[in-house]
Amino acid sequence: MATAEVDQQKKFKWIGTRPVRPDGLDKVRGRANYGADHALPGMIWGKVLRSPHAHARIVSIDTSKAEAMEGVHAVITAADLPEILSEESKIGEGPTNFRDLSHNVIAREKALYHGHAVAAVAATTSAIAQQALEAIQVEYEVLPHVLEGDDAQAPDAPILHDDLFTKGVEPRPTRPSNVASRTEMGRGDAEAGLAKADHVITRSFRTKAVHQGYIEPHAVVATLGEDGRATVWASSQGHFMIRAYCAKLLGMDQSQIKVIPAEIGGGFGGKTTVYLEPLAIALSGKAGRPVKMVMSREEVFRATGPASATRIELRMGCTKDGKLTGAHARLEYEAGAFPGSPVGAAVMTLFAPYDIDGCLAEGYDIVVNKCKVAAYRAPGAPMAAYAVETVVDELAEKCGIDPIEFRLQNASREGTQSAFGPKFKRIGNIETLEAAKAHPHYSAPLGPNQGRGVASGFWFNGGMQSSATVQVADDGTICVVSGNPDIGGSRASLAMMAAEEFGIDVKLVDPQIADTSVVGFSDLTGGSRVTFATGMAVVDACRDVIRQLRERAASIWGIEVDAVKWSDGAARATNGDAGLEPLSLRDIALKAARTGGPISGRASLTARGVGMAFAVHICDVEVDPETGKVDVVRYTTVQDAGRAIHPSYVEGQMQGGAAQGIGWALNEEYIYDADGKMENPGFLDYRMPVASDLPMIDTVIVEVPNPTHPYGVRGVGEVPIVPPIPAVVNAVHAATGVRITELPLSPPRVLAAMDARRN
Amino acid sequence: MARVILTGSLRDLAQTKDTGPIEIDAADVRELLRKLEDRLPGIAKRVEDGLSIAIDGDIVADPLLEPIGADSEIHFLPSIQGGS
Repeated sequence: MATAEVDQQKKFKWIGTRPVRPDGLDKVRGRANYGADHALPGMIWGKVLRSPHAHARIVSIDTSKAEAMEGVHAVITAADLPEILSEESKIGEGPTNFRDLSHNVIAREKALYHGHAVAAVAATTSAIAQQALEAIQVEYEVLPHVLEGDDAQAPDAPILHDDLFTKGVEPRPTRPSNVASRTEMGRGDAEAGLAKADHVITRSFRTKAVHQGYIEPHAVVATLGEDGRATVWASSQGHFMIRAYCAKLLGMDQSQIKVIPAEIGGGFGGKTTVYLEPLAIALSGKAGRPVKMVMSREEVFRATGPASATRIELRMGCTKDGKLTGAHARLEYEAGAFPGSPVGAAVMTLFAPYDIDGCLAEGYDIVVNKCKVAAYRAPGAPMAAYAVETVVDELAEKCGIDPIEFRLQNASREGTQSAFGPKFKRIGNIETLEAAKAHPHYSAPLGPNQGRGVASGFWFNGGMQSSATVQVADDGTICVVSGNPDIGGSRASLAMMAAEEFGIDVKLVDPQIADTSVVGFSDLTGGSRVTFATGMAVVDACRDVIRQLRERAASIWGIEVDAVKWSDGAARATNGDAGLEPLSLRDIALKAARTGGPISGRASLTARGVGMAFAVHICDVEVDPETGKVDVVRYTTVQDAGRAIHPSYVEGQMQGGAAQGIGWALNEEYIYDADGKMENPGFLDYRMPVASDLPMIDTVIVEVPNPTHPYGVRGVGEVPIVPPIPAVVNAVHAATGVRITELPLSPPRVLAAMDARRN
Repeated sequence: MARVILTGSLRDLAQTKDTGPIEIDAADVRELLRKLEDRLPGIAKRVEDGLSIAIDGDIVADPLLEPIGADSEIHFLPSIQGGS
């Protein structure tokens, strides 16, 4: 990483402005191509047969009748994919076990959840493919299933994986378990800290699985030719991730697969893995024709990653004057059918906003017969914040201290030894709390049956690998090419940073997202990392180009390159060389053919110096005393963005995170029947908030620049989903006097709690 | 000398109750891991399998050549998965 710093006090021309988004017109006019929009000549349709059982041994699969049907071109089962050994790899965001991933894409010996893929078909039409699925005969030996983390830990619980032994405990277990791992994090002596507390609160919290709820279902078109080369068009959070995962799962070289990114209709972490893509390639190879696969919304709910259901037991204590002294938490996170819940991140984020004398968090990763969970915005953190931030609220109340003042008294700040180990560098925890406290919302009067809650949130943000190229056209315009799907406005932010570097109008910069064969490797779009990390790569590539532009100007003028500087879109002689008029980007580009050829720059880097993010949310609710229905009537989000490159996009992230968190708090939950079948796999019954459910969500961007980013950027996409659950729950407590420790706060649950209090 | 501080589950690497800071003279992560392996057997494999390292508060997901200062503070952390 070679990015030099920019003067953080400098006045910028483009950074912090709100130009029209480069992808906006295509999206509002319906021209943008999403995953399901792509079509190829000769293309056929793929569909997936899914398990009707939550846990069953697959005794046999007879595909002969389906294969004999007219119009059916291919049928595949797990036998058509290579058997993958258990192997963890760091491809993507975190460790991935490819055997588990392969078995999740298509079941091998056992179906581990209702909706688990067991076979796939490609046929001339979608209707024929559906008929062919019904002709496949699968003999199952139905096994006992387990749906809840509590039950999965019982001594007589059905075991999902005979080779799963709990990691992180001593002595090493000799019997398989549904508890995949135990991890702990903390500092100081938690019990000693609790012992010296004047007030200790003990609570147990439960949350249900919730879905990321992206509007665009998973979709892919794939071809696999006779030469063994595949091309994939897919909507995802990382086309390099798709290439790497498909190569691994199909036994191919990455050089044999080209992945072309489609526009993405939301991901929120849920599109950081593969489901359909390997199946589409395998079907195409068998059929000899391009194959298109599009999930229904029901399939999205049943078979793609929700966020974990959780149970958290928490004890926190403070002195009577409000100093947090000790905390202990036990976090149980359901991973779904394969290990890998975000409990590791949860134990690290849980106490991060606070400077506590002694704290300990124990995390347990538990497999159950439900769909494998996937990342969802700040994975693991919202549920952990629900527990800590409501108990902090209760402790503040016991001490008679204003809840924001209580947080300020205990806030972690630069130099604080974090609960997860290292000392914090420059962070904006204090600044966001102070901004929230000063906001008019915090002191506004409340109406009848209304209450106000606040909560803090923390997320690490990510760095990882990014590449970019910058090309100069002979008319002096710029093309910025990167390898990250644009989910939250990265085209705009990358173009703006390039315009700032060159000192040209942002309209002269064309930001493009290239396929895996065109631009250097980039890790996926996740971890709130693209404007930060890919932005660094773009800045470095721009500086590479500017260096060349100075060299070209020096050669045109016949002076030393050290005597040429670049500013405001032009090369300028610095030594007072008389008569040397500045050479603009266009001037130099026009002469490129005669001064050395085309001008382009590139950069590939592993981004270091991630800026961690804090947020504070203020929520007002009104609770109907007759029905228990909760309406959010006012909501304000305050967040440290480091520096907002395009404030509208930052505000959009803040509002979107708040909306999703409010839905998580009030409405959303996976509901299963006794057989492990999800009963509400559609947006009619799985109730996400819509615009009419919410007030205008006010935003306050706090800017504590990240000193290691050239423009001070911190990631902004994830932390806004961390505070909403406790902010809503604390507001409901303020309105009703009841503290509810299980989500969602549906009207029956709130009414029951209110009735219990009244009685 | 850089100070290596073990927290949470990683304290089991020390195989002793004394998990106090370990002082190591190393110029970069590669040298640090090589020298630590004698005192914390298995640490290099754990890092390879997915541990991150925080060097003076900066979390590095896949470290090898990152420089370490004479007074650096080193923490080992689980890798973090994001999702926005």
